[in-house]
Amino acid sequence: MRVKRSLLILVILALVGVFALSACSAPATPTQEPPPPQEEKPTPPPAEEAMQGEKELEIFSWWTAGGEADGLNAMFEIFKKKYPDVEIVNATVAGGAGSNAKAVLATRMQSGNPPDSFQVHAGHELIDTWVVADKMEPVTDIFKENGWLDVFPKDLIDIISYEGEIWTVPVNIHRSNVLWYNKDIFEKNGLEPPKNLDEFFTVADALKAAGVTPLALGDNGVWADNHLFESILLGVMGPEKYKGLWTGETDWKGPEVKQALEIFAKMMDYVNEDHSALSWDQAAQMVIDGDAAMNIMGDWVAGYYTSLDLEPGKDYGWTPSPGTDGVFLMLSDSFGLPKGAPHPVNARRWLEVCGSKEGQDAFNPLKGSIPARTDGDRELYNSYLQAAMDAFASNPIVPSFTHGAAASEGWVTGISDAMSLFVADLNVDEAQNNLYQACVNAGVCSE
Amino acid sequence: MSQARKERWIAFLTLLPSIILLAIFVYGFIGWTLRVSLSAWDGITPDYTWVGLTNFNHLFTKAGGVSAVRFRIDLWNTLFFTIFFLLGCVMVGLILAILLDQKIRGEGVFRTIYLFPMALSFVVTGVVWQWIFAPGTPSRPRGINALLGLFGLEQLQWRWYTSTESIGPFHVALIPVIIAAAWQMTGYTMAMYLAGLRGIPEELREAARVDGASESYIYRRIILPMLRPITLSALIVLGHISLKIFDLIYTMTGKGPGFVTDVPGIFMFETTFQGNHYAQGAAISIIMLVMVAAVVIPYLVSSLRGEVER
Repeated sequence: MRVKRSLLILVILALVGVFALSACSAPATPTQEPPPPQEEKPTPPPAEEAMQGEKELEIFSWWTAGGEADGLNAMFEIFKKKYPDVEIVNATVAGGAGSNAKAVLATRMQSGNPPDSFQVHAGHELIDTWVVADKMEPVTDIFKENGWLDVFPKDLIDIISYEGEIWTVPVNIHRSNVLWYNKDIFEKNGLEPPKNLDEFFTVADALKAAGVTPLALGDNGVWADNHLFESILLGVMGPEKYKGLWTGETDWKGPEVKQALEIFAKMMDYVNEDHSALSWDQAAQMVIDGDAAMNIMGDWVAGYYTSLDLEPGKDYGWTPSPGTDGVFLMLSDSFGLPKGAPHPVNARRWLEVCGSKEGQDAFNPLKGSIPARTDGDRELYNSYLQAAMDAFASNPIVPSFTHGAAASEGWVTGISDAMSLFVADLNVDEAQNNLYQACVNAGVCSE
Repeated sequence: MSQARKERWIAFLTLLPSIILLAIFVYGFIGWTLRVSLSAWDGITPDYTWVGLTNFNHLFTKAGGVSAVRFRIDLWNTLFFTIFFLLGCVMVGLILAILLDQKIRGEGVFRTIYLFPMALSFVVTGVVWQWIFAPGTPSRPRGINALLGLFGLEQLQWRWYTSTESIGPFHVALIPVIIAAAWQMTGYTMAMYLAGLRGIPEELREAARVDGASESYIYRRIILPMLRPITLSALIVLGHISLKIFDLIYTMTGKGPGFVTDVPGIFMFETTFQGNHYAQGAAISIIMLVMVAAVVIPYLVSSLRGEVER
């Protein structure tokens, strides 16, 4: 009897809690929404007075280890030299190419507790997630004041712009469309690295006949499939049509996408059987160990090889992925300025360090990437990175979708799901339809 | 009378803080998740527009496209994972407990060894078993395949969790995951059964033996029936772990090619925190909650009723 009554009380209390919470959660939105307009105006004018007051700067990133963390610290050192009174709070969240960090960041931003500046992939990951939600301040004035519009490539400025404003300061550039190869294997078999997709299969057949796994793939977590697919898409349709995929101008149901899927399916005959058990670095390692001849992956592979004391051009070779020579498929880490940042003045100072030649040349040699500016000091970079700098300065630049530059996070998740099914059953028609649906769900393609 | 009433009030007041915390942080948030799952919240900005069951619809009908395909696979995976995980834990746990109950020497050592995996986090287990079951290639086997090759058992080598084969709706890639999970939790069922076996009075066995019952007859007719309540509570505890499993699979295999090792927990995490589809993610959570509730609530009701009767 007694048990029953206390159970009843508990249930009632629980229900009261539910209603109390859903009651306060609903109006919570309106109360959260209005502040931005109020905050928008006050921030710029009192900047001068705030200068003395701000003693802190909180930087949020997922750079917790290795060259990335060293690079971040190098930028912190530059900031500290300029502003010795400011204490830097290094808020990092480890793991998973930022997926854990993004979850933490979302919670902080939604509860109105943004950091002063946070790391985000430049392009649509920033724009569709944060700018559209009205959570960011534009940084166009920082670009103008520092004359950055002349030193950052125009294609890059386009990628980080939305509705006429620039929203973020890119600190580095990675190239996505690179084919890494084992020089010894190619020499021994008298082969040249493939320049286009037809040559790729000729070379792959020859390698297979010689008993070598032609292509190393490490797609544990599926994103490496997206990565390979974007290189194929670019190789099949070229930069203009590839860009059109992300604006709705190129048809996802068209023959080029179909051809790209067919090529992807065909490539699966040439990859290591255990690809879904490996990560990208294990696949890159296969090329070095001679277990596979080639690997298509972003140029963080060069950073990985450098950490193994391997020399570009001597211990390994590289070339743009088949059919993409003369195009730079890029992704970029950048820092933005959230609305309601507790220390906006310091945040702006931080962004100035991020975009400066000094900051970028301190960060990038350690991280193993190239500066987002075209005037970096070449002496600081190895021969692979120098070649990438040349390509970045002269080639047309197109955004990577796998790494957040070309498409919203929701869209990329949709593509990932489609690719996850495709890599298992290699059904081209079904995959093409799923990719088209992902585009429709993202609101870019119309039904 | 008044003394009894006073006591009841004191009891209530003592419980009040935890009741309030539970009400807010458990039931309140369940209610809020339910509300979000019925909303149009897509993207970072909350949007509480009422859309009814649209999000659930996307998980179960063709309208959801790949999401519906994925979710159907997830439910099958959860079902098979749960069945085999529970079977494995209960059977191996019971056998280990019976063996340990034979008054062998060094029982304490064995007990500790079997219990030890439970002290690890699923994340650690996941990473380690990912290495163990990484298949390598036929010419260059790794992990367990390399071990099998060492013993000349090449015919037992297969692709483990990278396999995309399936028997009906059962993906064989789940087998290594089930082994890893069962390895971790078997010690728990063993400990429960061992306690249960120790709780059965020796007189009962003696009496049966005097009546001429064989050892196997004693186990079948006396010991196992007396262990039934323990089996039930072990199934409930393990069942709710397996229905919402996330960390082990996320670190060990992820969703896998063709979602061969995907479960609702991973789908929920990716949908909500990578795709920013908050309402859709909330809908998945609610279904997970319903699945777990379907297991736990009958158990709670029956055990509460038992208490009242007592």
